[in-house]
Amino acid sequence: MRAFSYERPGHLDDAVALLAEHGPEARPLAGGTDLIIRLRDGSIRPQIVVDVKGIAELDWEIREADDHLRIGALTVMTDIAADERIRRDYQALAEAAAVVGAVQIRNRATLAGNICNASPAADTAPALLVYGATVVATGPTGARRIPMDEFFIRSGVTTLARGEIVTAIELPRPAGRRGAVHLRRTRRRGHDLASVTLTVAVHDDGVTNLAFGSLGPRAILVADDTGLLADPAAPDAAKVERLETLFAAASPSARSMRASPEYRLAMLRVLGLRAVGTAIRRLAEGPVQ
Amino acid sequence: MTTANRRIDLTVNGRARSIEVAPHHTLLEVLRDDLGLRGTKECCLVGECGACTVLVDAVSVDSCLMLAVEAHGATVTTVEGLATGDRLHPLQQAFLDTGAAQCGFCIPGQLISATALLELNPHPTRADVEEGLAGNLCRCAGYEQIIEAVLAAAVAGDAQR
Repeated sequence: MRAFSYERPGHLDDAVALLAEHGPEARPLAGGTDLIIRLRDGSIRPQIVVDVKGIAELDWEIREADDHLRIGALTVMTDIAADERIRRDYQALAEAAAVVGAVQIRNRATLAGNICNASPAADTAPALLVYGATVVATGPTGARRIPMDEFFIRSGVTTLARGEIVTAIELPRPAGRRGAVHLRRTRRRGHDLASVTLTVAVHDDGVTNLAFGSLGPRAILVADDTGLLADPAAPDAAKVERLETLFAAASPSARSMRASPEYRLAMLRVLGLRAVGTAIRRLAEGPVQ
Repeated sequence: MTTANRRIDLTVNGRARSIEVAPHHTLLEVLRDDLGLRGTKECCLVGECGACTVLVDAVSVDSCLMLAVEAHGATVTTVEGLATGDRLHPLQQAFLDTGAAQCGFCIPGQLISATALLELNPHPTRADVEEGLAGNLCRCAGYEQIIEAVLAAAVAGDAQR
C-alpha cells in the first residue's frame, strides 16, 4: 500500500475542512472494508485518509425521532441487522444488512459507507430507496438533507459535494401497513457480491415500490400504483408483464465478470415475482413491515 | 500532514503494547511483522477468506481491512491468545479431537470466528455455525469437521458450566 497521511479529527468542522481543502486527494475512512481494498490495489491513491470514527458529532446509534428512525453514520451492518425496530418496521433493510459480506465485514462496514461507496451492487441501496430514506450530510456550507433517490449517480459517485460528510440516514416512519422483502442472486451460497439485488414493498393502499441494483450504474426505484402487483388474486402472467415494464430501465453491464446481462435480466424477473409474492404474504401476516 | 510513523497503544493477547506503526500498514501487517504473531494468516487481502480474522474489542474483524492506527486503544486477541499456558482453549481442543485441521492454514481464523460466535451464541445450531463461519474459507474443504468441532465445543462449554 502506498504511504498516506492519517488524520483522525475530533470534530465535524475539522473533518469537513480537511476534506474540502484536499478534495480528491483526501478519502474518508469509516469501516474501511471497501476503502482499504482500493488503497491496496492502487485504484485510489489519496495523500490523506481521514478517519471519521473520532468525530464527536458522529455516532453509531439507532434512535427514534418524531417522524423517523435515525441511523448514525458510524452504525455497522451487524447492529442494523440485529435491531428490533429495523427488523419490525424496515424488514427488507435488516435483510439487506444481514447479507453484506460475512460476519467480519458486517462488524466493520457502515451503512453510510455502503451508500457513499455507491457500488451498483450495494445491498442496502434498494431497501433504502424503497423506504424513502433521507441522507443527512454536513459540508462547508452547512447541513442538508438529500432524498435517497437523489443521492446515487454511478459507481463510486454520489451527489455529495466536496467536503461533505454523511452524518446520519433517516427512515421515515411507515405511513400504513406494508410487507417488504429483500432478495439477491449471488454466484455461490455464502457471502458474495450480488449479481442482482431487489427490494419490494407492498403497501396496504395497493401501491408497490420496487428497487433493483447491480443492473446498471446505480440502483433504480420504480412504483406500481395500479394495484396489480399488490393484488393477491391477480394472475402471475399479468404480474410478470407489469414487472417487465417496471424493469425496463435495467441496463446491466456486459463487462462484469459476475454474470451476463441476459442472466441478470432473467433473474430479475424471477426474483421480482418471488419478492412480490413474499411481500404480499408478509403484509397479510405481519403487523407493520 | 505527514506519512511518518505514529505511536499506538493497544492490548494484544492480554499484554499492553506501545509501538510505532506506519499509517498505511494494516493491523495484519503489524501483528505479523512488528509483533511477530504469525498465527494470523495473510491470504486474499480483500475480506473474503477470513484467514486474517482477529478479535478487536471482542468483535471479529478481517485484520487485512483495518489499519493498525485504527487499533489505537483497542484490545486485540489473536489465535496465540486463545490458550491459557499449556491448556488449550476448548475450541482448540475440539478442533484437535475432531480432526478439523487439515493443512491448518485457515484454522487460526476459523478458531477466532468460532470464539466470537460462541461468545454471542453459546448454543448455536448447525445453521448458526455455518453463518458464523461463512467468512472463513477452507480450501481443504474440511468444513464438516470444523462445524462438528464448533458444535462439540459448545456442548463441552455447557458441561463446564
